[in-house]
Amino acid sequence: MAASLVAAAPLDAAAPLAMNAAGWLLALAQTALFVAAAPLFAGWIKRVKCWLQNRQPPPLAQGYRDLRRLFAKRVRLADQASVVFRIAPYLVFGATILAAAVTPFLSVNLPTAAITDAIALTGFFAFARFFLALAGMDIGTAFGGMGSSREMTLSALAEPAMLMALFTVAMVASSTNLATVITSIETQMVMTRPSLWFAAFGFLLVAVAETGRIPVDNPATHLELTMIHEAMILEYGGRHLGMLEWAAQLKLLVYAVLAINIFNPWGIAHEDSASALGLAIAAMAGKLLVLGIVLAVTETLQAKLRLFRVPVFLMLAFTLALGGMLSFIILEAG
Amino acid sequence: MRRIFQKIYEIGIVTEPVARDAEYERLGRELKRRVDERFRGSLAIRQVDAGSCNACELEIQALNNPYYDLERFGLHFVASPRHADLLLATGPVSRHMEEALRRTHAAMPEPRWVIAAGDCAAGRGEFVCGYACAGAVSAVLPVDLEIPGCPPTPLQLLQGLLVLMNA
Repeated sequence: MAASLVAAAPLDAAAPLAMNAAGWLLALAQTALFVAAAPLFAGWIKRVKCWLQNRQPPPLAQGYRDLRRLFAKRVRLADQASVVFRIAPYLVFGATILAAAVTPFLSVNLPTAAITDAIALTGFFAFARFFLALAGMDIGTAFGGMGSSREMTLSALAEPAMLMALFTVAMVASSTNLATVITSIETQMVMTRPSLWFAAFGFLLVAVAETGRIPVDNPATHLELTMIHEAMILEYGGRHLGMLEWAAQLKLLVYAVLAINIFNPWGIAHEDSASALGLAIAAMAGKLLVLGIVLAVTETLQAKLRLFRVPVFLMLAFTLALGGMLSFIILEAG
Repeated sequence: MRRIFQKIYEIGIVTEPVARDAEYERLGRELKRRVDERFRGSLAIRQVDAGSCNACELEIQALNNPYYDLERFGLHFVASPRHADLLLATGPVSRHMEEALRRTHAAMPEPRWVIAAGDCAAGRGEFVCGYACAGAVSAVLPVDLEIPGCPPTPLQLLQGLLVLMNA
């Protein structure tokens, strides 16, 4: 297979270049759509939650209006703010956009997806988290430091579980490249592989923890003592806060798209034709609507966990992912 | 198991529909229109209790419940003054809260507004002249609007917000 590709390349040297330029353009457009859709997905979850709580929901575009308000405001920094505090929003937002850029969203045929893999993706999120935690401690308020310490504690437990789930699918697909993983899983019967079921449930639990949703964290809380992510951004205002909130919404969408595309990838485009991309957009929108409803229902049914019980929750995620890997080695490999 | 599900299905939802306050709904729609025009559809409120007896807080809290549900009009309460556009202060500013109130205001990024809600905050209550109090909110901060009432009902708070929008 590899040999045939290498042999074919020199025959038509101009074609791959043209395809490459178009591919990068497509990757750019897809990333822009990814970033633009993030507040909409968060708004959809909020809307379903409002219905479940017998409330009248705010308009779906409210997320965009809140962001517009924040970007129009002046920034007011604390006297003690250092340069870390000022650059952290840009780094966090930038790293999250990069993570979105390398995630196959509508198509697997992307140059950005080809040059990175699942470990780089986890790395982007770790980079963003590191700077957010630094910024949380920078001002020196009690809540910021508390939020940073909690975030790092939970991430130390969540990241191994996340990587274990990704390694399980990587072993099934014999590659850590996300595009290869998705293509390989799409051609296999997911239902018949216990390892993928284990990995899927493990990944979903980690995704809930990593994106700061109930039962691990509550994005709508006003109680400083229960905050994790919100505690770190208490001191931010104006466009800085806008970027951090947008990054949080984008992270939620990246995890949602990962969960959908790795474990339920039908409909994703394999070539850059308009019909394939149109189908991919429709399939992705439909699946995100359903996932949003599932998220909203689970969040409405559950109470937030006590902080000291969150490690047990993440341990369950790790055990599930480990079970996935073990069942691959014992039942499926060879 | 099957029987109980059958029972649930047969009986259905027996909760009676809520009788909505027509005046509140009308004002709410008006408020939403004004927020859309003047604040581009989004306004964040930070509430500070400067020595209030908590009656005002109970009424303000009611704005968040499913019945009044202020959030559908594009306004929401936030957890930090740095996230806020509007400072909603209550209580006859007690000397212990005076500095905190000043700092909260100083931490808010421009453009910003201040509302003093309740009779105490407006300088009309019975505690304002006490030796432990610094007086009305207007004695500490530049106040854009005072909302009377002891405590002001959600309807009065909404009317006050509307006055601020129209000012």
